[in-house]
Order: sequence, then structure tokens, then C-alpha cells
Amino acid sequence: MAGSNPNAKPMNLTLKVWRQKNRNAQGSIVDYQVKDISPDMSFLEMLDVLNEDLLRQGEEPVAFDHDCREGICGSCNLFINGRAHGPEPGTTTCQLHMRKFNDGDTITIEPWRANAFPVNKDLSVDRSAFDRIIQAGGYISVNTGGTPDANEIPIPKEIADRAFEAATCIACGACVASCKNASAMLFVSAKVSQLALLPQGHVERKSRVENMVAQMDKEGFGACTNIGSCAAECPVGISLENIAILNREFLAAKATSNNLA
Amino acid sequence: MFPDSKIPEGPLAEKWDKHKFNVKLVNPANKRKYDIIVVGTGLAGASAAASLAELGYNVKAFTYHDSPRRAHSIAAQGGINAAKNYQNDGDSVYRLFYDTIKGGDYRAREANVYRLAQVSVNIIDQCVAQGVPFAREYGGLLANRSFGGAQVSRTFYARGQTGQQLLLGAYSALSRQVAYGKVKLYTRTEMLDVVIVDGQARGIITRNLITGEIEQHAAHAVVLATGGYGNVFYLSTNAKYSNATAAWRAHKKGAYFANPCFTQIHPTCIPVSGDYQSKLTLMSESLRNDGRVWVPASKETAERLRKGEIRVSDIREEDRDYFLERKYPAFGNLVPRDVASRNAKMMCDEGRGVGSSGLAVFLDFADTIKRNGADWVSQKYGNLFDMYAKITGENPYEQPMRIYPAVHYTMGGLWVDYNLQTTVPGLYATGECNFSDHGANRLGASALMQGLADGYFVIPYTIGDYLAQTPPKPVTTEHPAFKQAEAEVRARVQQLMSINGTRTPDDFHKALGHIMWEYCGMARTAEGLQHAKAEIQKLRREFWSDLKLAGTEAEMNQALEKAGRVADFLELGELMVDDAYNRNESCGGHFREEYQTPEGEALRDDENFTYVAAWEYTGDNRASVLHKEDLHFENVKLTQRSYK
Repeated sequence: MAGSNPNAKPMNLTLKVWRQKNRNAQGSIVDYQVKDISPDMSFLEMLDVLNEDLLRQGEEPVAFDHDCREGICGSCNLFINGRAHGPEPGTTTCQLHMRKFNDGDTITIEPWRANAFPVNKDLSVDRSAFDRIIQAGGYISVNTGGTPDANEIPIPKEIADRAFEAATCIACGACVASCKNASAMLFVSAKVSQLALLPQGHVERKSRVENMVAQMDKEGFGACTNIGSCAAECPVGISLENIAILNREFLAAKATSNNLA
Repeated sequence: MFPDSKIPEGPLAEKWDKHKFNVKLVNPANKRKYDIIVVGTGLAGASAAASLAELGYNVKAFTYHDSPRRAHSIAAQGGINAAKNYQNDGDSVYRLFYDTIKGGDYRAREANVYRLAQVSVNIIDQCVAQGVPFAREYGGLLANRSFGGAQVSRTFYARGQTGQQLLLGAYSALSRQVAYGKVKLYTRTEMLDVVIVDGQARGIITRNLITGEIEQHAAHAVVLATGGYGNVFYLSTNAKYSNATAAWRAHKKGAYFANPCFTQIHPTCIPVSGDYQSKLTLMSESLRNDGRVWVPASKETAERLRKGEIRVSDIREEDRDYFLERKYPAFGNLVPRDVASRNAKMMCDEGRGVGSSGLAVFLDFADTIKRNGADWVSQKYGNLFDMYAKITGENPYEQPMRIYPAVHYTMGGLWVDYNLQTTVPGLYATGECNFSDHGANRLGASALMQGLADGYFVIPYTIGDYLAQTPPKPVTTEHPAFKQAEAEVRARVQQLMSINGTRTPDDFHKALGHIMWEYCGMARTAEGLQHAKAEIQKLRREFWSDLKLAGTEAEMNQALEKAGRVADFLELGELMVDDAYNRNESCGGHFREEYQTPEGEALRDDENFTYVAAWEYTGDNRASVLHKEDLHFENVKLTQRSYK
């Protein structure tokens, strides 16, 4: 009963892993063999096996980011065989399971590649640019206390649901990693849409989109050319429609802006 | 003499208002002269940091994650309770208070819990104002669902990812204060010690997880919002980085640790599938609204199922035992977590478990799908069903989920008074990090409520009382206590690096987890606990003589980070065992096999154990000293909890 395929046998795999000592060091791909990998393991559990082996041999384990291993914290971020989060659609790396691979496979594992995401070490990258974009305006300016009763602001279910869909972005950065321009438009648009859809967000609608887009450009993310690989590779299904909403919000803001900087 | 819990005098419903009036205030112009350190940026930390900065204090916020938004609060699924009574079904502040006290098996403070229920209504208002997209009805108003241990629908939710949406709300408020320069944010920075100057908390020592640098930070007060210690069991629903280090370091610097043995085992998790397993995944309690829990009625049927001789669909309705509905007709599948977990274990112990290991029971949606359709189920629980399918490779729309209890939450934590201050002046603990509100068992959807209550609506008032009595002079790291604490941290890091043995941090962590789960998990005995104590001591000695690390401390070194956390778990584990051994009763999540009713329910000993066990650290390898805070119930009558 455990697992999908009771006949699945343990696998032996070749891993080609990006190793890089620190932000300034030159990196390279290093080959490793892993043996007896259960198809029921998650991808990260397979890397745990590799790291335990390495450490026992006195070698440095491969650094990678992960935490909740439930697909919600957005920490994990591996570029597997040329795809963000690997071959399974709608899945973060931590929710990818080895039953998607076959015995004898060679798997290439790289970090996100983008100027705005410098490598910390091996497969771990610095995504603090995302935080700075949110700090530029990804919020509604309310202090704690003094807010009206929650039911004083009725919101049509359809709008609330759409805002929720946009709000489910986990900020993993797969959109940036998958984009040939390393654009952060899908990430930024998800937050802009969520807050533009909700009545609470209307007050700061214009300044929000202008400030967030300005910060995005400052961080060195590329421009959007409407290819859509971001949405295709997004593990939580953030829709490309959000980018259309962002563009509309941005144009509307610029057309009537008090902030012509 | 036990430290004063500072519970205000007067009638229950007036305590908090009176207290808010009686505490000292810091005038607005003086607030900017005070620095506050907040460690942790989950619900309790981010909400506190943002709210304190809004008031005018200078806040330094620390997280070991790359972003505040990664904190494990983000993984909370089901919802957040609030006594709004929007459903007109008889809810009230008093009922939420009562349910929480009863759910906690009468081991929490009345005054704290009542305050929690009072501010719960403000939390929902706050979150909606921030743009948190809670589920709504077609009329545009907020929707609710019911959760375990309650007979009203008071749980607000955002599909199966309520924690994510609430955390992103708090994170947005925090981000706004970072932009204003009122919060200085330190990411990938781990607190490794607290600094005490003249008996008061005045700062922390941290390690930069990218460069390995050890740094000193000073402030007028320190707030720990560093979560729970469920990972002491190795396998739990906690995130991999979740750890006890900050709380344990504070404990070793003088903060009492309360009720460490009160751990919550969550009934609905995906069962363990192999030794390589790195964590367990929760399936939200909200599933018990519509899913029915069962096992085969006979051992023989269960065995044939496990062997694959028959399929689930071959088992007739009359051969299924919906054991929660049978034993607890009033609450059915929605009994509290401790009761549901214990019953699942009993079924498996009887040989009626399912799955290849026999350590699982079914959670079945067939009836609901028949009644409302698969689309309806997908609307409500889609992401949970998807997650289950990804992890197990099975389709839960077509066959029942297999679930088993797993460690989920720790009700114990740093002892705090009514102001959320620990026994160290100037050191506060909020959220899961403290012990305060859930007694011996936490009700579902109450962790989010408590984290945000502490951060948004309690600490902003209570910390002012302390600061108002502290001169508004700048604090620096010049005091020798900083140098000494830093030297201790460095020495410890170097010691870990220099052992050069043969076993990895994970190896020790797994070994500790086995001991804890076996002897200090769902069922405990005096004999087993004594055995566990000796085993932990032995394992700890092995750790300090046979640990293997690689690389250096002056760089990103995830194995070193892990080793420091495991070292602390190895000490905390022993205290948990001591506490479980001391508490000669069963209550909530603490089930001592010697103390049970003839029906196998938890048997409390109110005469001897109606107290908070607060442990004082007295030195390495020396017995901790137990202090007892007696609990007084003036409003609720202590009874045997019944969900029948």
C-alpha cells in the first residue's frame, strides 16, 4: 500500500551538482553517485542521502535551501534537468518525489540563475531582492488596532477568491529562474493584483504599483517579454493574468501620477 | 517562592482592561529612545516587531531564514479561531475561553485564556484590514468552519493555507516598518545566546549564517518569538529548521521552562513510509469536518488488507468501525486532537491498523463526495488532496487517505507571566515559544490566534510597563557581559568543529527522536521515562565525543548549524522526560499509561497536579529544580473532559 508502485525498486543515480564555495568563487559541476534511492523519497530526501554520505567521508555537504518540505514556505529552489523545481508541473522541489525518475538516470542540479539572485553557496541563492520589492509597497498601510469590524467590508466572493489566488505566491523565484530575461514580473504582479482587487488596497493603488515596479527595476531583474514561462513553471499556479493586471495598474498609475519621478 | 504571575485582580472579564489601565506607559517622544530586539519573524515575531515599530520603538528583527516570510507559521493550514459569532450559533468570548480551558484539560491560566479569547475578535479585523483574503460567502461576508473541540463554527480560513495568508499579512506590516527605517531586519542570522546585564536581558549574540561571523546586539528588551521544539522528536510536522536553541539558551541564562512534556500529537498526518523520511506532513484538521475516520472492524480483515489480499472497496460498510463516531457520538470525528490521536494508536495497537506498516487509519471522503461531488471537495480541500497525492502517489478522491498521528506542536515553552515576561526581567516570549495559553492540549486553529494575539495585542501594551521603568539611556555592547557571552558562543562553535568523530548531526538527531517517540510520545510510563533519561544522557556523551562535521565555521555551514541545534535538543529532551516523569497523572497530550479511566481516557489528578511545572536550570549535568505555579480556577469547574 505504501507508495504508488509496490514493484518500484531502489534506484542508482548519477547527480551533476553545481558546487560553488561562496558568492565570489568560481563554481563548477561535480558528479556524484547515489545508490539505493527509494522511489517514495522526496527529491530533497535523496539529497539528504548524498549529504550524509559526503559528510561521513569528511567532505562538505551540498548547501541548499529548504525548510517546511510541504511546498508552502518557498525556500526550496533547485533547477533540475533544466527546469525550475524539476519535471513535475505545479510542484515545488520538496514535493517532487523520486518515483518521477528512473534507475540509471543522470540528474543535473543547479541553483536559480539570475543577476538579482547571487549564489550564497552551492545551490543556495540570495533572494532578498524580493523582500525589498515588498518593502517598496507590497502592503496596505494600516497600523495595529483601530481597524473596522471585519464584516464591515463585504467583498464579492469572486473577487476575494481571485485575490486569494494571487496571494498564494510563495516567493520561491521559479518565475525568475525560468524567464530568459530573469524578469520578476509574475512575482510583483501577484502582490499588485491581490491588493488592487481588494477594496482595502485601493487607497494606495497608484503609489504601490509605481514603487514596486521601480524597486524591481533597481534590483536588476530583466524586462517582461510576455513569453509566459514564468506562469508555466510556477509551482503554485500564479496566473499570467496577473501580469496583465499589473500592466494595466501601472499604466493607469503613470497616466494620472502625482509621482512622476 | 514562585515568581509572581502578575495576574490582575478582579472579575475575569475585567482583568485585561484594568491591567491595560494600570500598566505604565512610555510617552510617544520617549519611545524612540528604546531599542527592542525581536527574534523570529513568524506570526508572533513579525506581528510584534511591526506593532512595536508602529508605536515608535526602534526594533531589530532577526530570522535565520533568507526572508521573514519563510517562518514555519506559513505552513499552518486550517484556520484561526475568533469569537466573532458571525454564524449566530451561540459563540461568545466566554465560550471560546471555556472551550480552550477545557480543551487544554484544565492546565492553563484562566486569565490568560480569557484575554486570548477577548482579543481574538480584533485579530480578524486587523488581518482583513491588511488585505488577508479570508474565505467569503456569496454575500461578501466572511465564512467560517468548525474545528475540533468546539460545537460552534468560529474558524476563519483561507482555503487550506490560512497560516500563509496570515503570515504574509504580518510580513507586509513588518516590511512597511523596514521601509520606514523603524525595523532593522537581519536575515540569515541565528541567535546563539542572550546577554544578561545586571540581571536584565540586554542583548543577544548571533551568527551570520552566510559568513559565519559572530556578532553582538544590544537593546533595552528582548522578545523571543522562536516557535516550538517539536523537532526534538526528529520526525514531526515542524519545518526542518525549527529548533529550540533560542529558547534553550534563554533557559540556561535563567528563564524557567514550563511544562516541557506537554507536546501535541496531531491525529491526521501522512504516515511514515521509510527510514529515510525527513519530516512528516500534516493533513489539516479541517478534513475531519467532512472526512470519516475508520479502521476495519476485525483484526483479520485488517491483516488481509495489509497483505494486499483484499482492497478497501471490498470491505463492507458493516465491517468498518468508525471508531470516533462510535465512541464519541456528540463530537464524532471532531474530538480534540489528543483524543483522536490516542484512539488511532489504540486501534493500531489492537492490530486493526492499515497500510503496509499497520500504523495508519483511514480518513475517508467517499460519503462526502457522494453527497456533494468531487468538485465541492476540491474547492474546499483541493490543495490538501493534491499534497497527499504527490507524497503518497495515491489518489484520495478514489481511495481513503491513510493517516497517523505525528508530533505537531509544543504547548510547553518558556514560562511567562501575564505580561509575557520570562523569569529574566526584560526577556519576553511570545507565540509557541511560551507556555501560556493551551494547557496540556491545544485546540485546532488556536496557534495562529495565540501568535497574533501576543504580537499584535498583548506585547505592545505589556512591554511598555517594563520599559517605562528602564531609563531611556542608549544601550551599548560595551558591558563585559557581551564579551563573555560572545566568547562562550565562539568556544562552543569551535568545540563542535573540533570533535572530528564519525557520526553526523542527523544521525544523532534521529537516535534522539527514536528515544523521545518511543518513551515520551503518545503514551508514557514511569519505567520507560527512566530508561529514556539514561539513554539520552548516553547519547549526549556520544555526541560530544563522536560528532562529525566538515568545512569551517567561517562560512555557510549547514551541518554546523544543525549540530548546534541537536546539541540543545539533547539537553531539552532530558528535561521533557523529567517533566513527564514528575507529572503522575494523564492530562491532554500527556498520557501516562498508569493513569487512565477504565475506558482508556486520560485521568487527571487535580488534587496534586493542578499546577504549571516550571523548571530552573542549575548547571550542566545537574538536576533541574522544579517550581510549581498553582493554577486557580475561579470560573470554570474542573471536570473529567467528556466529548461523548
